[in-house]
Amino acid sequence: MYISPLREPLVTGAKSYKQVTDDILNPMEGKPGKFWYAGITLALIALGLGGFAMYITVWEGIGSWNLNKTVGWGWDITNFVWWVGIGHAGTFISAILLLFRQKWRTSINRSAEAMTIIAVMCAGLFPIIHMGRPALAFFVLPYPNTRELWVNFNSPLFWDVIAITTYLTVSVLFWYMGLIPDIATVRDRMKKGIGKKIYGLLSFGWTGSARHWSRHESMSLILAGLAAPLVLSVHTIVSMDFATSVIPGWHTTIFPPYFVAGAVFSGFAMVLTLMIITRKALNLQNYITVGHVESMNKVIIATGSIVGIAYITEFFMAWYSGSVYEQYAFVNRAFGPYWWAYWIMMTCNVITPQLFWFKKIRRNLAATFVISIFINIGMWFERFVIIVTSLHRDFLPSSWVMYAPSWVEVSIFIGTFGLFFTLFFLFIRFFPVIAVAEIKTVLKSSGEKFIKKGDRDEK
Amino acid sequence: MKSNNYITGLFWDDTELIKAIKEIQDKGIAIFDVRTPFPVHGLDDVLKLKRSRLPRLGFVAGAIGGILAFWFQSWVFTTSWPLNFGGKPFFSVPSFIPVTFEMTVLFAAISLVVGFLIKSGLGPGAENIIFDERTTDDAFLIVVKITDNSQSDNIFEVLTSVGASEVKHVEPTKTDTHA
Repeated sequence: MYISPLREPLVTGAKSYKQVTDDILNPMEGKPGKFWYAGITLALIALGLGGFAMYITVWEGIGSWNLNKTVGWGWDITNFVWWVGIGHAGTFISAILLLFRQKWRTSINRSAEAMTIIAVMCAGLFPIIHMGRPALAFFVLPYPNTRELWVNFNSPLFWDVIAITTYLTVSVLFWYMGLIPDIATVRDRMKKGIGKKIYGLLSFGWTGSARHWSRHESMSLILAGLAAPLVLSVHTIVSMDFATSVIPGWHTTIFPPYFVAGAVFSGFAMVLTLMIITRKALNLQNYITVGHVESMNKVIIATGSIVGIAYITEFFMAWYSGSVYEQYAFVNRAFGPYWWAYWIMMTCNVITPQLFWFKKIRRNLAATFVISIFINIGMWFERFVIIVTSLHRDFLPSSWVMYAPSWVEVSIFIGTFGLFFTLFFLFIRFFPVIAVAEIKTVLKSSGEKFIKKGDRDEK
Repeated sequence: MKSNNYITGLFWDDTELIKAIKEIQDKGIAIFDVRTPFPVHGLDDVLKLKRSRLPRLGFVAGAIGGILAFWFQSWVFTTSWPLNFGGKPFFSVPSFIPVTFEMTVLFAAISLVVGFLIKSGLGPGAENIIFDERTTDDAFLIVVKITDNSQSDNIFEVLTSVGASEVKHVEPTKTDTHA
């Protein structure tokens, strides 16, 4: 097989199959280090704070938040959209890149998918607590009830419920099915004991039979085929929560593609933030190489540029529409009292990712890490800008207000970070962070051991 | 009594494995199963595994999910309890599409995974025979089932001659019903 010399090896350091297993599973078999304990403790403290704030919200009611008649959606929905968006990178990597046969995805798909599932769980919290009475959350589902009422199938909010639950379910299934061969590897490496029993149970009795692999591959491919349009539909529907309303600034047809691009953009930034630390902490530099980081940065330039064009298009369309309300909403966005939020968004999302056009920056881990955090911040502000600046000055100037979050809202947001990192720390502790079996499939075609310079042309 | 004897041959490389399988098949010995740490390219063809019917299952289940979701929404809004939303039509097809799509995907995905697990005999608590614990790490294993005890010496020799680094006689206590 001919391999272009331009292609970097996906696995560096001349690894054999055995070494791949050892390298990836060693961190989870030893004792956790003090950084792990420090990290999870911090995460649990944040989670505790969030839990307390949620308790206050439920006990005292939504009045403990600073929402008011004019600004009915604030940090809660901002955070909801932000977390859902972050989730999208995982599915993009595991499903869409699988369909496009991008082999570099094998090193990062496992952890990115785990991130997806955790992020969607964090996101799901917000609409539920925003209801004020979370115990009645099941009212949103259509079931025969004594109220003799169905739900409104015309409402994007209902579509959202269905889309997010479907997305979470399919992501969990896809992720776990990919995980069972690797859990079996963990099981078979363990000596007798309770650990072996637990991993044995979790491995679903996986044996690595050729028949199972054959079926597994055809199932994975179709699940990927299903997940690809699903991930596009989820953020499309999230954007329709806004786009189908009549609020100036929300009522635009550009929203679905613009939200999907933004979601993948922010998700990749979060994957980079996490991976740059994880590869170092778990000694996985041979598997998540600078080449992987560069590939992800290329996706960031593409999606970041789409987002940038969308911002400008929105402005143009507001002017071109001739609607004074639409025009005012956008002028107010950029130059009104929330101008600072708008310009943080513009700087972080439109300008910083363009730095990745320089190869030096694209391949620089420290620079990538900093820029990825800028993008995370920028994308949070994008949602804040869309939601709050469109609402706070509505059609009636007498009800114009300003909105700032209460400590309860801020704490709930911190709490979701706690939840996110608690689950992520547990994940890297108890499951293989990299898809061991999948890495082995690309080892012969892309491993450094097998494609040393001289061998490239012979094979 | 049903015999439960196997002979296994261990390999360390996937290209050698495929070569060995072909040689064994040429000698007229049926291979019971091959255990590999990852999906080996080309193994399906050599073992002449039938293409999985999971895609069809997924399609049918997805179609059922989609039809069910569309029918349910239409029934609710035209027959069970028509509600007037700003004078819009009761039977508003475009706004039924998102839920129809999501249900199609959900039904297809769940049926695929359940179908895969049932067909493969996998699931929480499933105890399939593990012939060699190294096959989930870096070893490749050819498993031949002994139906006729007089053949076992011959099979033993063939496996050694095609380059297996370890050939073993295995008599597991449990029967494998699925693999």
